[in-house]
Amino acid sequence: MNEERNPVEAFLRMDRMPHIWCPGCGIGVVVNCFVRAVLEAKIDPDKLAVVSGIGCTGRIAGYIKLDSFHTTHGRAIPFATGLKMARPDLTVVVLSGDGDLVAIGGNHFIHAARRNVDIKVFCVNNFTYAMTGGQVAPTSPVHSLATTAPYGVFEEPFNLPYLADSTGAVYVARWTTYHVRQLSRAMNEALQKPGFSFIDIIAPCPTIFLRRNRLGDGLDTMRFYKENSRLENGADTRNVGLGLKGPIVVGKFVDRQRPTLGECMDQEYRAALGDKYVPYTTGA
Amino acid sequence: MPHADPKAVLTGRHFLDGDHACSEGAIAAGCRVAFGYPITPSTEVVERLSQRLPQVGGFFIQMEDEIASSIAIQGAAWGGARVLTASSGPGMSLMMEHIGLAAMTETPCVFVNVQRAGPSTGLPTMTAQADIMQARWGSHGDYEVIALSPWSPQECFELTIKAFNLAERYRVPTLLMMDETVGHMVEKVEIPPAESIEIEPRRYTRLPPSEYLPYQPGPDLVPDMAPVGKGYRFHVTGLTHDERGYPVMTAEAQGKLIPRLVRKILDNANKICITDEHSLEDAEVVLVSFGITARIALYAVEAARRAGIRVGLLRPVTIWPFPEKRLREVLGRARAVVVPELNLGQLALEVERIVAGKVPVIRLNHAGGAVIDPEEILRTVKECGR
Amino acid sequence: MSNSEKKKEPRGRVFIVRERCKGCGFCIEFCPTKVLAFEEGYNDKGYHPPMVAKPEACSGCNLCGLYCPDFAIHGLRVRPVEAQEADHATC
Repeated sequence: MNEERNPVEAFLRMDRMPHIWCPGCGIGVVVNCFVRAVLEAKIDPDKLAVVSGIGCTGRIAGYIKLDSFHTTHGRAIPFATGLKMARPDLTVVVLSGDGDLVAIGGNHFIHAARRNVDIKVFCVNNFTYAMTGGQVAPTSPVHSLATTAPYGVFEEPFNLPYLADSTGAVYVARWTTYHVRQLSRAMNEALQKPGFSFIDIIAPCPTIFLRRNRLGDGLDTMRFYKENSRLENGADTRNVGLGLKGPIVVGKFVDRQRPTLGECMDQEYRAALGDKYVPYTTGA
Repeated sequence: MPHADPKAVLTGRHFLDGDHACSEGAIAAGCRVAFGYPITPSTEVVERLSQRLPQVGGFFIQMEDEIASSIAIQGAAWGGARVLTASSGPGMSLMMEHIGLAAMTETPCVFVNVQRAGPSTGLPTMTAQADIMQARWGSHGDYEVIALSPWSPQECFELTIKAFNLAERYRVPTLLMMDETVGHMVEKVEIPPAESIEIEPRRYTRLPPSEYLPYQPGPDLVPDMAPVGKGYRFHVTGLTHDERGYPVMTAEAQGKLIPRLVRKILDNANKICITDEHSLEDAEVVLVSFGITARIALYAVEAARRAGIRVGLLRPVTIWPFPEKRLREVLGRARAVVVPELNLGQLALEVERIVAGKVPVIRLNHAGGAVIDPEEILRTVKECGR
Repeated sequence: MSNSEKKKEPRGRVFIVRERCKGCGFCIEFCPTKVLAFEEGYNDKGYHPPMVAKPEACSGCNLCGLYCPDFAIHGLRVRPVEAQEADHATC
């Protein structure tokens, strides 16, 4: 019977299953929420492109059955910028990890937010470089352990919603993988909102981060998310930084309007060139 | 074969420097989307594009760095655009990872390198030809690119069009290796009517999504592309992949894919390689030179001929793949090969490899910052001629 | 009236792909009506997959499906007329 088939399978490259993610890893949960968001937002999947970087989360691009691009480490956002500017008819989503997006990719992140490039950036934040064995990331909580910080992380981590907010993102939210309905709804909103939209998705990495930091398994962490999340829609993003022990402030923090990069560009050309301006049209 | 857009092409006679001629070549070739970052002496390429593109249905966006530029063009390429970026030494070094990505994913795109003296910051405003080996080997792993070298602003215009067409035809990043002298010299550039400028169309598959395999090569070893947003739902990855585009982590997959990427260019070298030849028919001394140095070498050829020396010039217009076959052919009568270049010996390595000791190869090197004195080339040729 | 019509009909039905499960426990933990429990048995991977312990409690909300990182389970709302068939089918 048709209904016996999990509806998420229509969006998966089933010929590549099972995937590589560990038991209790949050990435598969994020995929479910994303698919649910795409269905509920009624986005034409043929007009949806997924761009990812390198890392465990980056592998989403290879498993999801959409036009998808698995690019270089840290550079999903500029690739997505090029794709979206060349094809404004597409919805372009970047799905990548914390290290990829804000360490090596940090410069591209802030400029895309500044310009308000119309891309949706969903960051799976597990506080580590999981794929390569658990090195310190710019989101790793102070005193957490990593292979390259064996005595404890001594750097102050990024507060990602604050970073996105302060550099101009028009939509900023944080949810954990426990908040599947809210996360799905947030992705739905982001998909339909023009401009640079960012969701910080706190997710468990049981094999690497949790184990090294003796934080239990995926289920323990999901329970932790449930018990220690504090819903504060509209919170000042300066105050939503994370520590190892919680609380985790979740919610929709920023939802504002700004013209997108494409709109700004068009306006400027129009004003300066008048009838000499020939707007860009895609061949599509 | 489709041709250039008459509304965009500046048909007529112009005085342009190489950088500006390159921009016009790009527009003639159908480039409507460009991303870039300023760096002397290439900046004018994108400056002119930023001014011209919005008037011909395009746009230029300056990215935050060369790394972003070199991959933004690839996102746009997959979106269907013909794309270009331009840079010089330090920026080209930053772009190397993404040249590798383009080679691996078989993304058509054009990289312009207006060479300046290096290494590192070097002489930012002064000429050199020292990125020749970087063009070929600059990224990691085994792969091939196509690289072209113009010797005049006129050729900058023409070879930019050629670069776009080769990039589409072979689904490969194509490099235009200018030098600062050619980039900044102002000469007559004749831009022909748009109808006479042929444009290689994007090789889109004719198969429906259910049958299409993104990396199934054709008989020429080049796979067909699929358009984004039309239901093909294909996957592109820099990981080693199979015909489906899926990452496959095996030596077998590596052995199937990488040699094909290399042979895709080398096996088609006869169709790709271009040379420009002067007085080679009876030459006993063969000058092998490119870019601005070849203009100077031509002076030496003419002066030496007047002095009774049988010298000729073989100018590789395609630097990579190097026109190996042609060099071997003209070697037959030669007693010496002279390789003047604005570097400390790069093209000479190829020449020496190909000549394989049959005749002496004399290097004439210059660390850059100025062009080689034509009298020096003449002196060397005369010494060989004796 | 038959016995099955007197019983409370489940509003939902769960489908489990046993062999995909990696035993994370999310579905069991977060099912709002505690429909699921770990099986005694193992799948081929060596994990205890979930089983439907209380089918009548299922509302078909598909929270299990949303939570499953391995796409091994999903739930569906069942219309009342089909609830009788669901009652007889193996869950």
